[in-house]
Amino acid sequence: MRLINRHPDRVGLVFLAAVPFVLAFIAYAVGSGMRLAINPADKLLPAPSHIARTALALFTEPDKRSGTILLWNDTLVSLRRLTLGVGISTLIALVTGLLIGLVPYIRATLSGFVAVLSMIPPLAVLPILFITFGLEELSKVVLIVIGITPVLIRDTAGRVLDIPREQIVKAETLGASSLTIALRVALPQILPRLIASVRLALGPAWLFLIAAEAIAAEAGLGYRIFLVRRYLAMDVILTYVVWITIIAFVMDRLLLTLSRRAFPWSGAGL
Amino acid sequence: MSFVQVRGVFQSYGNRPIIERINVDVAEGEFISIVGASGCGKSTFLRLLLAEETPSKGSISIDGAAPAVEPGRERGVVFQRYSVFPHLTVRENIVAGESFAAPLGRFWGARRRAALERADETLARIGLNHVAQNYPATLSGGMQQRLAIGQALTARPRILLLDEPFGALDPGTRLQMHDFLTDLRAQTGMTIFMVTHDLSEGFKLGDRVLVFDKIRWDPHDPAAYGATITYDFDARDGGIPYQLKEDTDVLETA
Repeated sequence: MRLINRHPDRVGLVFLAAVPFVLAFIAYAVGSGMRLAINPADKLLPAPSHIARTALALFTEPDKRSGTILLWNDTLVSLRRLTLGVGISTLIALVTGLLIGLVPYIRATLSGFVAVLSMIPPLAVLPILFITFGLEELSKVVLIVIGITPVLIRDTAGRVLDIPREQIVKAETLGASSLTIALRVALPQILPRLIASVRLALGPAWLFLIAAEAIAAEAGLGYRIFLVRRYLAMDVILTYVVWITIIAFVMDRLLLTLSRRAFPWSGAGL
Repeated sequence: MSFVQVRGVFQSYGNRPIIERINVDVAEGEFISIVGASGCGKSTFLRLLLAEETPSKGSISIDGAAPAVEPGRERGVVFQRYSVFPHLTVRENIVAGESFAAPLGRFWGARRRAALERADETLARIGLNHVAQNYPATLSGGMQQRLAIGQALTARPRILLLDEPFGALDPGTRLQMHDFLTDLRAQTGMTIFMVTHDLSEGFKLGDRVLVFDKIRWDPHDPAAYGATITYDFDARDGGIPYQLKEDTDVLETA
């Protein structure tokens, strides 16, 4: 039987999916053990048990000074910035993308502009944002918006243009106005695609969030990582990195589930 | 005056003529089949009838109205593919035939309930009531086209335009669709234009068969001239010329 036609069974699937995780963990544990054997005070690769103890403390013990559990506070602050930024971007992209995709006059006006805008490296304008919007929440949210909106707009507009011409004409022959075509034909069909784009944009959104927090913030996951970097607190950094990864992964799955539940027709194309 | 009037229609893309000098008169309730080789302007002519494009020269008018500049409710259309909305259930697709003309494309309250009831009647008539809650992607090709025709007729158009509606169907389903369309036409008396590749289909269903072809042909520049209507057959009674009909013995003894 050809290699491309061999499929693992259920147990095999779970086992194979777990293999790289286990291997990565073993590699880390071995490396950490080797370093600690030479120098028990080594801070670069703390032992997994050490990280676990730190993690437990981070998740449960309140800060002596403020009385809050810092990790949860950081998580809330960062998630607020992230969801605000991604939410605003999604709304802007949805409306602008629909308009660019459906209305030739707006397409002629905006598509070139958005294409150029999307080429600006967002981190290069971060200083401008700090100067313009201050060091508070606003500049961080705006960085995420500036970072992911142009790509989302282009993707949404492209998807609107992908709707078969026949469907638009059909809607016209049923007497639909431009607004009706936008709301009843185009909008529902691009929503699943928009969710897929947002899932892909979550990666860059985290990148911009952590970059902004690293430079100027008083709380947040990225802020904490870059703060404890000064003390070479690898156990804290690694806990935060794993935590961020878990959050990002859960968000991705939630969006996928939402898309499947809300748009059952989108699984199989017509 | 005839119902659909096509007068001196030319259409060219850039300086490439596609069709030229089209003049046709169609009476209300006639079924017109349009046949011709690929690239002979059949589909262009249908897009002109649909008002998706406006002709470079000449005019097309329905029932004496001013020539349309964009598709509207007086023209129904069924394409070979993509004629139904994939994100709406079968039932909602039929309701869309009525509700898309309303503000925001939606009915509310009693009006919606009435439309849903009418949709169920329509679905029963076109034999799709058992899949009313399904999405079109789960339907066979023939069922999707039946739904598309039902949806188009729900909007009560003056003329129905079919662009190779059965082109993607298997031969058996195609025959069923012929019966379906014939019945539907008997019920509604709709004026129908159908573009088809299948000559026998064109003659079987149509009252008239219009043949598109290029009458002028420059071997050095095949795109120099457009196509026009070269034949306008009377296809009633199976396309048998009336001279023969009077003396049917000719056929029987042959």
